[in-house]
Amino acid sequence: MKPSPFEYVRPRTLTEALAAIAEDPDESKILAGGQSLIPMMNFRLARPARLVDVNRVPGLAGLASDGDRVRVGTLTRHHAMEHNPLPGPLGGLLRRAAAHVGHLPIRTRGTFGGSLAHCDAASEWCLVARLLDAEMTVRSQARGTRVIPAADFFQAVFTTAMAPDEILTSIALPALDEHYRTGIAEFARRAGDFAIVAATAAVRVEEGLVTEARICLGGVAEVPLRSAAAERVLLGERWSPELVTAAAEAAAADCDPPGDAHGDPAYRRDLVRALVPRALGLDARR
Amino acid sequence: MIGARALRIEDPVLLRGAGRFAADVIRPGELHMRVVRSPIAHGRIRSVDVTPALLLDGVVAAWTHADIAELPAIGFRLTPLADLLPYRQPVLARRIVRYVGEPVAVVFATSAYLAEDGAELVRLDLDPLPAHLDADAEPTAWLDAEQATWAAGLDVELPAQDSQATAFTVEYGDVDAAFAAPGPGWRVIETDARIGRHTGVPMECRGLAAVYDEAEQQLIVDGAAKVPFWNREAVAAMCGLPPRQVQVRETHVGGGFGPRGELYPEDVLVTLAAVRLRRPIKWIEDRQEHLVATNHSRGQHHRLRALVRPDGEIEALDAAFVLDQGAYVRTHGATVASLTASMLPGPYRIPHFRARAQVRLTHKTPAGTYRSPGRYEGTFARERLVDRIAGELGLDPVEVRERNFIPAGAMPYERPIQAMGTHLVHDSGDYALLRAKVWEKFDLDGVRRSVAERRAAGELAGFGFAFFVEKSGIGPYEGARVSVDSSGAVTVTCGASSVGQGVDTVLAQVAAEVLGIAHDTIRVVRGRTDQFEYGRGAFATRLAVMAGSAVANAARALAGKARRVAAHTLGVPVEDLGLADGRVLVTGDPARALTLAEIARLLDPSGAAELGESPGLTAEGWFHSDHMTYPYGLHAAVVRIDPGTGRPHVERFIVGYDVGRALNPTLVEGQIAGGVAQGLGGALYEEFRYAEDGTPLCTTFMDYLIPTALEIPPIETLITEDAPSPINPLGVKGAGEGGTTAVAAAVAAAVDDALGRPNAITSVPIHPAQVRRLLG
Repeated sequence: MKPSPFEYVRPRTLTEALAAIAEDPDESKILAGGQSLIPMMNFRLARPARLVDVNRVPGLAGLASDGDRVRVGTLTRHHAMEHNPLPGPLGGLLRRAAAHVGHLPIRTRGTFGGSLAHCDAASEWCLVARLLDAEMTVRSQARGTRVIPAADFFQAVFTTAMAPDEILTSIALPALDEHYRTGIAEFARRAGDFAIVAATAAVRVEEGLVTEARICLGGVAEVPLRSAAAERVLLGERWSPELVTAAAEAAAADCDPPGDAHGDPAYRRDLVRALVPRALGLDARR
Repeated sequence: MIGARALRIEDPVLLRGAGRFAADVIRPGELHMRVVRSPIAHGRIRSVDVTPALLLDGVVAAWTHADIAELPAIGFRLTPLADLLPYRQPVLARRIVRYVGEPVAVVFATSAYLAEDGAELVRLDLDPLPAHLDADAEPTAWLDAEQATWAAGLDVELPAQDSQATAFTVEYGDVDAAFAAPGPGWRVIETDARIGRHTGVPMECRGLAAVYDEAEQQLIVDGAAKVPFWNREAVAAMCGLPPRQVQVRETHVGGGFGPRGELYPEDVLVTLAAVRLRRPIKWIEDRQEHLVATNHSRGQHHRLRALVRPDGEIEALDAAFVLDQGAYVRTHGATVASLTASMLPGPYRIPHFRARAQVRLTHKTPAGTYRSPGRYEGTFARERLVDRIAGELGLDPVEVRERNFIPAGAMPYERPIQAMGTHLVHDSGDYALLRAKVWEKFDLDGVRRSVAERRAAGELAGFGFAFFVEKSGIGPYEGARVSVDSSGAVTVTCGASSVGQGVDTVLAQVAAEVLGIAHDTIRVVRGRTDQFEYGRGAFATRLAVMAGSAVANAARALAGKARRVAAHTLGVPVEDLGLADGRVLVTGDPARALTLAEIARLLDPSGAAELGESPGLTAEGWFHSDHMTYPYGLHAAVVRIDPGTGRPHVERFIVGYDVGRALNPTLVEGQIAGGVAQGLGGALYEEFRYAEDGTPLCTTFMDYLIPTALEIPPIETLITEDAPSPINPLGVKGAGEGGTTAVAAAVAAAVDDALGRPNAITSVPIHPAQVRRLLG
């Protein structure tokens, strides 16, 4: 469990970082928090010839409100997300999602952007980004800046829409007004493990009626899955526990989860059924 | 001092970070060893080419089997049945690879990184063969005659061997006659029980650092654990040196649990390389290697059939089990199978008993012992059966157990079979008393009522318990030397080993008690073959009994010598002298006294000659035993099941354990807490899974699920001392394994109860998905 030989560079500016990658994009990797990349290198599953450490690049971390959006810098640590001061349903969702990420030492190092770029189907941040239709700002030396919507960003396991010479620099999330109910629930065999199934939700309820519904599931597809069926069940209806149960049933029926040692498809559907209501705070039992 | 909650004398060094673990042994010019392991479960070796590795700058040497062809297969330390000899493991794979992770070649380089780079360059040309993974399947061809003959090493031509390495029966009474002639209303009740393949996974992986010291002409091996004296003999033989030219030394050890410290292929390679290459050699196992290279354990399938009288009394038990041995038989020989069979009756009388053991090879990592070997498995099977008997007869599970207990008045109770080569004699015990004490202390009737009420209210809560008998203190001997220097400082030197269990503290407490001094002033030297002549090792929960008794004998001999010298010097009869506060004093006139330091100085060689004593205030003591002691206990669990996910959540775990005499209750409780955590691992989390082609699926801690502090409930413990052992001077029985033994059985019973479905759980680990399915 020692990595194969690699070159290590530590640029001081984003321009330098982009240049360092542009020299050999296919053989270079960005080092952010390193909580997935370094173990993969130690297992020799990843063998980048060059590691570009962006931890000293200024301006890439932190949260900032920007009108009806919140911008999250790519290097914002999970721990900072867990203790973010944002008011309202968005701040609460980010705090609760962050608390599910690994264990404390992992959260002090791992980053929001790194998690999205890594694109693990079980990642809480990938789920939240897809749930809220986040917009990813990416940059390259050759083509400058572009914005990729979450619906296009997550393509397959460990595969995003980013080109090898691009760096994810910031992520825009919608600021949610006080009518939203948000939450996350997941199931893993042990605390801190990757979720077998996870559910996130953001549902806007005004005067008892659902005016917007977003349900996003992890662990049931290669990438985070928005459950259109569950969202349809909710939208325009009167908010009630029975409605949520019906949405959970619809989510379970609508997905086509894979089977593996952690759970066969039927079990994963059971988990969806159990977790969607919990994501909406209707069943506190863990 | 004995029985005190004394602080561990090991801890000041460890807590300051001053300990020395295997990886801390750093020698100038050392080479790092990297093992090239088979990537496939079964295949014919066409060629292994190390040349590309040798071309890498920094690689100093690389070997295949051809380079060590003169080495025999690795021998058995315990239970060396002749049947098993052909199944022994070669140091490097020979002709055939038989599991993923089997050492095929080895590379030595100037850094661990270069060694791993070099290992990648070794070219393996392997012809894959089908993998045989199901130990339940009928035995298949396993070894050809050539391999069998070579591995057995008997200079006798052996025929080809199948995958059943051995099968044997342990029995007494007449099981067939009992089943053939049941009394009126007697029932035959059967159960099936499976225990998943898992093992003890210490926080510190294995590691060894060896050097051939040219000045001293000694091969020095650091990083040993468990059985340094046996390993010294084995290493000396493998390296062609006399044992006096080999020093094996323990470092600090980050957990043992059975797998760690046995003689593995890597141990032979490290030491042989130190001799051949004349460079310091270091090998530090990484976690991915560990999970395929270090002994696995458990992996048993039991089928039990009991003949039961209407009142729940078990008249006869007919058991058969298959043990999934993995690809080779390692140092433990048939130990696990033997212990499983012999300990299966547990605390119950059972007039007619038979256990048929089948040890079968599969293309998986070889299996050995793990904390409570054979008892964890057998207790799960037996206690599941007893619960089933209670359910089918409509009796309370407490009542069924008490009806079958060996009564206290029948102790010592001889079961006419053997365990680990000793006659199985329950030396002492009052099982019903312990059951009653645990019930009262933890109000288990109240607990049962409370879970019943919760169930009535719709919650999936359950209670379950299991009873077990452990064994400890296997002989045949341990020795110790207690010495006092000219300043009065006391050193205990012995053949014991430490795997972190606190043996130093306990031995110091025993010496302190006899000598009337503070235990934390005593230095304990152990685990070093250059400091003591004999030691049998840290396994089978034996050291408190064996080394503790040896130290007691040595300290008493030393006290006798000190009193003789004091009597002579002070001019009083020996009988008038006592020991207190490091002094020998005249009873009734404590001002007249000699300190141990003064006596030690009087015993310099000249003084000793005048006194007619041997030089030095020092004495040896030995303890011999040809029987084991049998501690016993009860485990109980309260479980809540999440109806949505099926996850069983253990809310409470209760252990009652009688250890005869608790030398240090805090350390006993610590042993139990750690043991329970490992037992819960096997009950709910840990399992080595394999793909159909034999590829291991659990080679990281993401897939091999060790419970963390967050998964372990508070562990509530009652230690009792109602049945001191009559067969050692301290009355002590071992505490090392009783935390683990019945965890799977108790948790399974609690899950059954929570589900309201008797006999639902017949295998561990219990998967949430399976529980969810049972909920419908």
